[in-house]
Amino acid sequence: MSPAGHVLRTQAPLIHIADVHKSFGKTEVLKGVSLDVAKGEVICVIGPSGSGKSTLLRCINALVPIDRGSIVVDGQEVNDPRLDKLKLRRKVGMVFQQYNLFPHKTALQNVMMAPVHVLKQDAKEVEARARRLIAKVRLEGKEEFYPGELSGGQQQRVAIARSLAMNPEIMLFDEVTAALDPETVKEVLVTIRELAEEGMTCAIVTHEMGFAREVADHIYFTDRGVIVEHGAPKEFFTGAKDPRTRQFLSQIL
Amino acid sequence: MRRGVPNRAELPVLLPFRLAAPAERPPAFAPSLSWGLALAAVFALSVGAAEAQSGAGQPAILATIWKWAPLLAQGFALNIAISFLAMAIGTALGAPLGLCQISLLPPVRAGSWFVTQFFRNSPWLVLLFYCMLLLPFEVSVAGHIVPIPGWLKSTIGLSLPVMANVSELVRGAVRSIPYGQWEAADALAFSRRQILWMIILPQCVKRMTPPWMNLYAILTVATPLTSVVGVSEAMTLTRDALASEARSELLVPMYSLLLVAFFVYCYPISRATAALEKRFAVK
Repeated sequence: MSPAGHVLRTQAPLIHIADVHKSFGKTEVLKGVSLDVAKGEVICVIGPSGSGKSTLLRCINALVPIDRGSIVVDGQEVNDPRLDKLKLRRKVGMVFQQYNLFPHKTALQNVMMAPVHVLKQDAKEVEARARRLIAKVRLEGKEEFYPGELSGGQQQRVAIARSLAMNPEIMLFDEVTAALDPETVKEVLVTIRELAEEGMTCAIVTHEMGFAREVADHIYFTDRGVIVEHGAPKEFFTGAKDPRTRQFLSQIL
Repeated sequence: MRRGVPNRAELPVLLPFRLAAPAERPPAFAPSLSWGLALAAVFALSVGAAEAQSGAGQPAILATIWKWAPLLAQGFALNIAISFLAMAIGTALGAPLGLCQISLLPPVRAGSWFVTQFFRNSPWLVLLFYCMLLLPFEVSVAGHIVPIPGWLKSTIGLSLPVMANVSELVRGAVRSIPYGQWEAADALAFSRRQILWMIILPQCVKRMTPPWMNLYAILTVATPLTSVVGVSEAMTLTRDALASEARSELLVPMYSLLLVAFFVYCYPISRATAALEKRFAVK
């Protein structure tokens, strides 16, 4: 089960998002989004395609700069020109829909690269950690394989291990199972659920409603750049009030 | 034909068709084996025909060609040397120029784009003349007079379009790497410089190798252009040999031999390029 019971809402949230606006050209993708994520909390963001879910995640680790509003990650204002991106990004790991493993590096090298070259950690020590992480995502024996030799689900788990190698405090998952075969979706979801159970703070954009319901402490429904409705999974899935949410859920469930 | 639900067979439909798959396209410069055999045949036939035209008492055609062969080989060696050197200079200058084309600084990007386009779209022969006429025939380095021979000037002239083409190769290869690679590396806190050198460019090298080899083959067959500006390469020497022999029947065999020589040199390169492209396409 998720550690929802242990979350103390009275603490300052680890991620504080307030009235965030973002436009790409003339298209306003985020129109004033606000949400908080406490330490150890798992939130899921669901909603129709193009509702700004992925953009919201990318704003949290400054892959996408925001136009207006504020995002504070562990006391660090992301929308600050003097932002120390390295400091922010070693704290926030991200996993993508398309895995984005580096194809010219083996699974082990993919996991080791950032700690060795970005954090300048000792290669021997990083290697030991990388092997542990690869074992943790159940890919023991695949260390020397290149991404092209692994299945989608295996690549995605290497990508999770790669992010974890930076010892992040927050993990962002951007539709990580959307590009996978139905059979391999489960192995990735199991890995994410284990992380959540260990107390990792997670922000998950997903279309897997069953998974969201099981793993999330809080669910946010976005549509056309705003959060339409949010709540604990139980209330959200059974007692959604907004007609847009209800329509979306009726199409999906 | 009846309206409603027509017979499948008589319904006039546009059948699905596919344009030639881009992955299977051959490299731009692809001399085939049959082209090589045809050249050899032309050479053999022309030798025979020339023999028939020769007057009594004149030395045999093959013997005459054999007499000139060492000199022509020397000239061909200069063609190869020019192609190597021009490729080296062009790559050494073109690679950084290509990186400037993806710079984040607009003036650097615009400047390198202009230089690339200028040299890429100029006729090679014009660039060759420019270099021959504009470069000095000697320079003074620390009190010593260092002559710049014509072949070196023309090599520089040929390296300019090579530079521009390599620049475009680099820019295109970097652009062809999926954006997700940048994003993932960004999210792992790599700096832009690290991303470029450790993640993007290593992947580009593989993609660039076949077109780069193709460019080399094109450059090699362009080296006889230097004969126009008086470099003593194979083309010039063939012409000299023909002039001193003063036998018009030698013309076709000698020039055919030159074609065969270029084919023998370029064909393996073109095969290797095609093989590499095929291997990388599967991945």
